[in-house]
Amino acid sequence: MSKNSEYLIERENKQYEVIIGLEVHAQVTSESKLFSQSSTKFGAEPNTQVSLVDAAFPGMLPVINEFCIEQAIKTGIGLKAKINKKSVFDRKNYFYADLPQGYQISQYKYPIVGEGKVILDMPNGQKEIGIERLHLEQDAGKSIHDIDPNNTLVDLNRSGVALMEIVSKPDLRSPDEVNVYIKKLRSIMRYLGTCDGNMQEGSLRADVNVSVRLKGETEFGTRCEIKNVNSIKFMQMAIISEANRQIDLLEEGKDIDQETRLFDTKRNETRSMRSKEDAHDYRYFPDPDLLPLEISQELIEKIKSDIPELPDEKKKRFIDKFNLSPYEATILVSDIETSNFFEEVIKNSDVKLATNWITGELFAVLNEKNLEISQSPVSAKNLSKLINLIKDGTISGKIAKTVFEQMIDGDQDPLIIVKEKGLKQESDPKAIEELINKVIENNSDKVAEYKSGKDKLFGFFVGQAMKESKGKGNPQLINKILKDKLNG
Amino acid sequence: MSDITSQSLFELTSNIKEKKLSSGEITKAFIDRAEKSKKLNIYVTDNFEKAIDQSKKFDSNPNFDLKLPGIPIAVKDLFCTNGVRTTAGSKILNNFVPTYESTVTQNLWSQGAILLGKLNCDEFAMGSSNETSFFGNVQNPVGENLVPGGSSGGSSAAVAANLTPVTIGTDTGGSIRQPASFTGTVGLKPTYGSCSRYGIVAFASSLDQAGPMTKNVRDCSMLLEVISSFDQKDSTSIDYKRNNYSKELSKDIKGKKIGIPKEYRVDNMPDEIEQLWKNGISYAKDCGAEIIDISLPHTNYALPTYYIVAPAEASSNLARYDGVKYGFRSPGQNLIEMYEKTRSEGFGDEVKRRIMIGTYVLSSGYYDAYYLKAQKVRQLIKKDFDDAFSKVDAILTPSTPSSAFKIGEKTNDPVSMYLNDIFTVPINLAGLPGISIPAGKDKNNYPLGLQVIGKPFDEQNILNISYALEDKINFKNDISDWWLSE
Repeated sequence: MSKNSEYLIERENKQYEVIIGLEVHAQVTSESKLFSQSSTKFGAEPNTQVSLVDAAFPGMLPVINEFCIEQAIKTGIGLKAKINKKSVFDRKNYFYADLPQGYQISQYKYPIVGEGKVILDMPNGQKEIGIERLHLEQDAGKSIHDIDPNNTLVDLNRSGVALMEIVSKPDLRSPDEVNVYIKKLRSIMRYLGTCDGNMQEGSLRADVNVSVRLKGETEFGTRCEIKNVNSIKFMQMAIISEANRQIDLLEEGKDIDQETRLFDTKRNETRSMRSKEDAHDYRYFPDPDLLPLEISQELIEKIKSDIPELPDEKKKRFIDKFNLSPYEATILVSDIETSNFFEEVIKNSDVKLATNWITGELFAVLNEKNLEISQSPVSAKNLSKLINLIKDGTISGKIAKTVFEQMIDGDQDPLIIVKEKGLKQESDPKAIEELINKVIENNSDKVAEYKSGKDKLFGFFVGQAMKESKGKGNPQLINKILKDKLNG
Repeated sequence: MSDITSQSLFELTSNIKEKKLSSGEITKAFIDRAEKSKKLNIYVTDNFEKAIDQSKKFDSNPNFDLKLPGIPIAVKDLFCTNGVRTTAGSKILNNFVPTYESTVTQNLWSQGAILLGKLNCDEFAMGSSNETSFFGNVQNPVGENLVPGGSSGGSSAAVAANLTPVTIGTDTGGSIRQPASFTGTVGLKPTYGSCSRYGIVAFASSLDQAGPMTKNVRDCSMLLEVISSFDQKDSTSIDYKRNNYSKELSKDIKGKKIGIPKEYRVDNMPDEIEQLWKNGISYAKDCGAEIIDISLPHTNYALPTYYIVAPAEASSNLARYDGVKYGFRSPGQNLIEMYEKTRSEGFGDEVKRRIMIGTYVLSSGYYDAYYLKAQKVRQLIKKDFDDAFSKVDAILTPSTPSSAFKIGEKTNDPVSMYLNDIFTVPINLAGLPGISIPAGKDKNNYPLGLQVIGKPFDEQNILNISYALEDKINFKNDISDWWLSE
């Protein structure tokens, strides 16, 4: 990275660097919970997806959902991480109304996945972010404080849902990097089908660790942890606000207390949740209801063989095979749905045109209508047809835009639109010559001006000819014949 | 035919199969006796009405292929029973009625047994005298104002008093074997993983095991056969081939090597216990067994290790009783106050003591010194047994360091109470099977038990040894029915 793209916060003559580490909680894509068979479907009526295990009835025991284990291994492989053949489930003990067992089953000393990495594509090049670990844990239920004025209500639908906690090393240095990191992590997990990454539904949340230090220092400053931030925008706001708060303290000669903080989105500031002194003593110990988790090499190999092509590899292939620019490739692989759409389109049509149309016209429409590519109003099949119409000269790029606008309405077939509206490009040289003759006849004064050296008028003649053809004239032909006539 | 309620499970089953007795007759006999035995305070909740109905139902369409055909059985109130209140001897579960059945009790009903009711026990199985129960102490039928042992005190008393033909208890540190010893009955703690823990109110998950409590060894083998099963609902349940214990029961123990651990000769052990042990050894010899002196060097550390591991697990297992979801709740101004009041009022002193010990030993800064070290010692204790079992087939020890004591005698001295478990606790820490059989009496005529410890999954072997010893010992419990009312 060039120096001036570094993210630094200035104070008088000093520059502060911001150090960020993320603990991302990603909900495992799984029909049932980590230790019970209840459904994990989002949006159900409160307390309708709760088993006796989830509600911690006396004598109920957790039984591991092996699919969740496989999902965690898969994610670990996607993060180029070490899969630990032996890991242990621990109890994290604390009291809360939405934690029925009085402890959360998590992994403490021995997580299922060890060190790995994620590559970020930043404007100035690539940056590697280290992954410290990934472990499996149960989600808690939800406390609802705003329905009954006198009581807190508890919904246990989430209780026991499998989460992967993905802990990064303190390698992130700016809100932009956090944005790219979260999106990359999300992209990898969506490619793998291990987490849907849906932040609105709480499938992806993060605890953000922030510290600051003067530029050039090598020791880390005291960090604060901002709990449970559920959108990238809020993460970025929280980081900026928290970094500035810490710098203000240092500038005033004060110490930063290591503490857990909450981000108040309305006031755009973090506030103390509990200090280090008040930190919970979670009394972690191995859960005696569960044996240590042992994973065979065979299982790891089996999962490895099922791993689809991931964004980094796909990007490389797009660049090598289709001659895309790194920028184009990055955009197209950022989301598995987008890359699938792209590959579907180019099955039968030109790569360059497909790239431009997807990243241009299609993305504009999706943005405008606030749609995901999976909800695209134009199917890959019809977009591919449109591109072929351009490529074989049936319609011009300009006409194609008109056609595309119609296609949006109910995914219409471009061939039919072109036929019905008579939009087929005029490519017969004779017909073009005829209409050019007409233009020259009607504009003899302009022709004289052109011939006397006013070259700029050429565009005028092209426009007139195009108008005469009702927009259907083949632009290349018009250009060529006009040049011959005027210069001849 | 002898009085119905004094018959063994084997006799009752034979009489039912031979149509000499009906399930209805048997069930009614036990209920009638229970009605006259309220002084013993054995039942927390009875299921008599439903039991009568079910016995009639059995008689109208009997299935004699079942292993417990129409046999009424009362169980420790630590087993969750569908639709029948389950309290674990605690105020905090005083109003709790499960909507599910524990695997072990389900195994009983699947073989034709009928639930008579739920038996008193120490609160959350924490105690050695049944005095920590919210529902009051149980009288030992052996003598008035004598404790029946614990925590399965209601269960041992029920068998000894002929209020149930057999029963099941749970054993975390001796809770089946010690009360069996105090009441002159047989109690077996199976190998950890033999019986499913699903649906049993948890005390210390890595130690808890359910097991049979019976009048004699043969009944014990019959009941173990029914309750032991592999269960996918319990991740610590072990999938191995279980014997037909009753079918393979044999008194032929010729050539079996029986180990006598020197470390079990503890200070101040009463002479009568020493004598009991010697008698046991000579009986074993008489049966053709070979006696071998062995050493279990870490025995001294078993009790302190147990009193770290068990409370640690308990402190976490009992966190769910918080007044939020079920059971007793004492309202408060806020969540914390509700927790504090609910748990202060809902738990008894012994349970609170163990929750505090457990919380302490798991706390940051103390974890390594206590819990982690205890786990290491536990491995050493286990290794002691592994080493011993490379030389012997089973180990013979006394079950308890004393006979039953008076109610109230040790209430204010938890440590002396904990010492009761000194011979039984190591077996739980090592996950081994152990059985206590009545083997003699002390000067007060109170029963004393001997314990036979086996290799993992070798229940058949310790049953056979016990069966042979039982025959030689020829123990008679002569209980006078002093408590009966009209």
